[in-house]
Parts: sequence; C-alpha cells; structure tokens
Amino acid sequence: MTDDSTMRPVDILLVEDNPADIRLTREALKENKIVNTLAVALDGVEAMKYLHKQGKYSKVTKPDLILLDLNLPKKDGREVLAELKQDNNLKRIPVVILTSSQAEEDILKSYNLHANCYITKPVDFDQFLKVVNAIEDFWFTIVKLPPP
Amino acid sequence: MNNYEQRPIEILLVEDNPGDVKLTREALKENKMANNLHVVGDGEQAMDFLHQSGVYVNKPRPDVILLDLNLPKKDGREVLAEIKEDDDLKQIPVVILTMSQSEEDILTSYDLHANCYITKPLDMNQFIHVVKTINNFWFSIVKLPSK
Repeated sequence: MTDDSTMRPVDILLVEDNPADIRLTREALKENKIVNTLAVALDGVEAMKYLHKQGKYSKVTKPDLILLDLNLPKKDGREVLAELKQDNNLKRIPVVILTSSQAEEDILKSYNLHANCYITKPVDFDQFLKVVNAIEDFWFTIVKLPPP
Repeated sequence: MNNYEQRPIEILLVEDNPGDVKLTREALKENKMANNLHVVGDGEQAMDFLHQSGVYVNKPRPDVILLDLNLPKKDGREVLAEIKEDDDLKQIPVVILTMSQSEEDILTSYDLHANCYITKPLDMNQFIHVVKTINNFWFSIVKLPSK
C-alpha cells in the first residue's frame, strides 16, 4: 500500500528449533510478493546474541519483525520475549509469537509480556502456509513498522 | 480457529471523527464474524469504558481496541500508556489507527507497547480494506487472551 518498508527488503528473524517448521516458514515467505530476508536462530541464546549483534552477528541488521517460538532450547521464548520488551533498544521490534502451544496461560502471559500478537501454528501444512502469508500481508502491507 | 467464534467479538473504537466511525462500522458489518462495535469519542471516555465506570458499568471488556492518537480531553498516547501499564488491561491488543504518519508517533507507540500501528488511508475503499484486514488478522489468525 503506502508503506515505505515495501521499498526495501524486510528483514525477519525466526527463532525456531524445529527444522520442519523452519523449512515451511521459509517456503511460505518465498512465495510472498514482498522481498524479505529470513535469518534463523535455533535457540533463545542465539536469538539474543543476534539481536545484540554479538560475535558472528556483528554485521547483521536489526530485524523488522521477529517470529518467536515459545518452547526453545537453552533460553525459553518467554524469557527472550521478556528481555526484548524490557530493552529500550529492542522493545519496539514487533514480536509475533508463533508456537504450538494453545495453553491459555501462555497466551495471557505472552500478551502481558507485550508480545505484539500470538498465533498458534496450525498442524495442517496448507493452513500453516496460510497463516505465514497472513502474517506477512498484515505486518508488511497494512502495518507501519517502526523505522529502522 | 479460535474460541471467539462462539460469541460476538467486542471491539472498542476510540475515535472522534464521525466519518471514520461510520466507515469503520460499515467495514465491520460486512465481516463474516459477529462483532459488537463500541465507540467512544475521547480518551477520558475510553478509560471510563475500560474501567467500567459511570455509564459504562455494564459494558463488556473489549477483545481488541482500535485507538486513534489525536483525541480530545485525553490524548491517544496517554490512553495507550495507561492501558499498557495497567496489569488488568495491558493484555488487550491495541491497534493504533491514526492519520499520523510521523516517525515519532510510530516509534513512541511501539515503545509504549502498541500491538501494531496503522495509518488510515485517505481513500475510502482502501480504508475499508484496511479495517477488514485488521478484522481478519486479529479474529481469525491471532489467538486473543480470553480473560
């Protein structure tokens, strides 16, 4: 639409440890009309290193959007979310929780920790693609993202 | 896809422009999901509605708030800050829906934990498209807190 962010590639950070979900997300994003780059962190510790540009991540750009799973090795997605949303340099980055959990407690806690939205991963492949495409359409064509 | 299909979705629109209220209402009417749109015209009324005080004592807790930034009496930025600092209210998703395209407003809103920021298109058809997309995303893709 009128969003400036469509002019440059959108940088997405996916924090996900399940290889099948990573592959599906990558495929769904490829099909989309909006040019995007997808970086993947396999656990919560890696995600925080990436966001703080530590070690091998010194040259990465701050992502425009984070897709965050809740159940992750090393550092849990809930902890990653809490840290992000308390960090004045990172809290403005929209965080979409994308998880298998349907627990009301997880939903409520995520919103209380200021997740921007909470989405349950559908088990069905086509539904999963549909959800990833809906995330893209909404966040990259309707929403104004924070300027970098 | 989510529990909210069982009962109407309660939406609170905080907006002082009658034209935008009318357009939003029309766009929501066309939607397949049953919803109740509650409208308040300034920031003080918005907080009263959310605290169910005075004339709003019997009003439901909204599932989603559509919040304009430039409002009489109490500004949208103040309303946003109050909601997101209140343990009983902060879990309600707040969609900023405003004419402002200023980078400062966008950044401030996200820093105050707005769930997303959307600029109102001037074109009527685009406006309706945006409201429908908001509706579809928040009520058929997203899981809302069910407090």
